[in-house]
Amino acid sequence: MTFSDLLLQQTINGLSLGAMYALLALGFTLVYGILELINFAHFNVFMVGSFIGMWTLQLMGINGQAVVMTGLPLIGVMLVALFVTMLLSGGLGVVIERLSLRPLRNVKGPAAMITTIGVSYILFNIILLTVGADSKNYPNPLPPIQWALGDAVLRLREVLIWVISVLLMLGLHVFVQRSKMGKAMRATAQDPEAARMMGVEVDRVIIIAFFLGSALAGAGGLIFGLYYNFTSFIIGFTAGLRAFTAAVLGGIGNVPGAMLGGVIIGLVESMGGQFIATEWTDVIIFSILVLVLVFRPSGLMGRVAPNKS
Amino acid sequence: MPELLRFQDVNTHYGDLHVLKDVNYTIGQGEIVSLLGGNACGKSTTMKTIMGVVRPTTGSVIFDGVAIETMSTAERVKRGIAPVLEARRLFPRMTVYENLEMGAYTRKRGPDFNQDLERVYSLFPRVKERLNQVSGTLSGGEQQMVAIGRALMARPRLICMDEPSMGLSPLFVEQVFEIIQEINRQGMTIFMVEQNANMALSIAHRAYVLQTGKVVLSGSAAELRRDPSIREAYLGELQVT
Ligand SMILES: Nc1ncnc2c1ncn2[C@@H]1O[C@H](COP(=O)(O)OP(=O)(O)OP(=O)(O)O)[C@@H](O)[C@H]1O
Ligand SMILES: [Mg+2]
Repeated sequence: MTFSDLLLQQTINGLSLGAMYALLALGFTLVYGILELINFAHFNVFMVGSFIGMWTLQLMGINGQAVVMTGLPLIGVMLVALFVTMLLSGGLGVVIERLSLRPLRNVKGPAAMITTIGVSYILFNIILLTVGADSKNYPNPLPPIQWALGDAVLRLREVLIWVISVLLMLGLHVFVQRSKMGKAMRATAQDPEAARMMGVEVDRVIIIAFFLGSALAGAGGLIFGLYYNFTSFIIGFTAGLRAFTAAVLGGIGNVPGAMLGGVIIGLVESMGGQFIATEWTDVIIFSILVLVLVFRPSGLMGRVAPNKS
Repeated sequence: MPELLRFQDVNTHYGDLHVLKDVNYTIGQGEIVSLLGGNACGKSTTMKTIMGVVRPTTGSVIFDGVAIETMSTAERVKRGIAPVLEARRLFPRMTVYENLEMGAYTRKRGPDFNQDLERVYSLFPRVKERLNQVSGTLSGGEQQMVAIGRALMARPRLICMDEPSMGLSPLFVEQVFEIIQEINRQGMTIFMVEQNANMALSIAHRAYVLQTGKVVLSGSAAELRRDPSIREAYLGELQVT
């Protein structure tokens, strides 16, 4: 392969990974923006979402890569899988918030954050104990369509991942910018007390943030399975930490920043794997995290002086 | 004059800190009532108690004949109480228009929303010119106009203002107070915290003076302006600055 074809191939790969990280990063950012809470349960909501997607596809009769679909049935199956996964993952996020975080709402200090770590491990262990430690072959009905771009290959699954991710992010953007609830979310993030005095029910805003973030994580989990053809109880931590880095890189609390950060981290991973070595991926990504925290803690698109007043 | 808001023996605490101590206020429909007092005496706490951000430990807050002290803030806004917060507190990264929309958050969007917008524009032509500007970049005076406009968008019956003159140039202070008077002439009841006693008493009908959480004086604005202790404690000082 020529250098430019390699570059193209890794751009394709990186954008796919990046789309997944971006979906996951959005959940960190939505919750952080409103509660100033880093929600580590999010890692494993993503993992559980990946299983929900797997089971949904299996319930529709798709097992492994044996069933190949095309046209409308394929689109229908994908939409159902995406919808069910997002709905149930979003619901999981809401349950986590109600049961474990709302009771701590007025407790100062790191209690809530530590609780999210605990919840993350509970999810992790529930899946480990119920489905086992071996990785699962992921049902994938996509036909093996691909296009050659020089020596680089663009597969249908990558196009699908991009389309799903772009539509979801556009949808989120429009929701946050235009809808009444979206405006209430932004207002609450900027000044919770003032928002409350406008009549915003802040608890409802928090529920919506958890629902949306977790639903997007679920979509990310489904995408993970479709992209790698497997899922496992273990996938939450690596992907979660990379997505968290993406959120910090973009500026935590900042929605477009999470998207940009996700794409950058995806590209760093694919390019680093190609031109440096896969073993170094985490070193590179977490060095970026450290550098951002040291030199630009507000992230690429964050406000330089975070100002809550 | 029918009563709109009453505090009945209200006490509030932040943990062990006792802020309001057996406080009583009565605000009649159509009045401008001013609450005067030095720093940290509980003026903002009074406003927060009305809005339900702080709950009284004992005592009652009665709005339009109904005890509201256990109601949520949203419920109080729906019943017709809107705040103009201390230091304005616009949503800094939202546009002026979005801030006005947030003021109308508890209302259904209908033709009266546009009517209220027009009303805000006619009171504050400057606001109309800045609709798409991010409100954090407005000047202090412009922000105060938007903050008052935002309160009006709730179509309230009572507006609670916390130091509307704070941080504004004298010219703007005068403008803001003229607007407050204008809104009041159109029928709005206003409860206004102020440190600028001179200005406040020039437009208020009545006033209360709060000292370390206790009401130490109350009466008509004209009376209070003649009161020697007020002249000494608040007016004299502020005339110099
Ligand atoms: N959230 C809070 N937690 C603890 N103490 C508080 C809180 N808010 C206010 N206080 C304290 O309560 C007292 C009264 O505060 P408040 O804000 O009502 O004063 P104020 O009269 O509005 O003063 P200023 O003129 O400076 O605005 C102060 O001593 C303040 O430190
Ligand atoms: Mg105050």
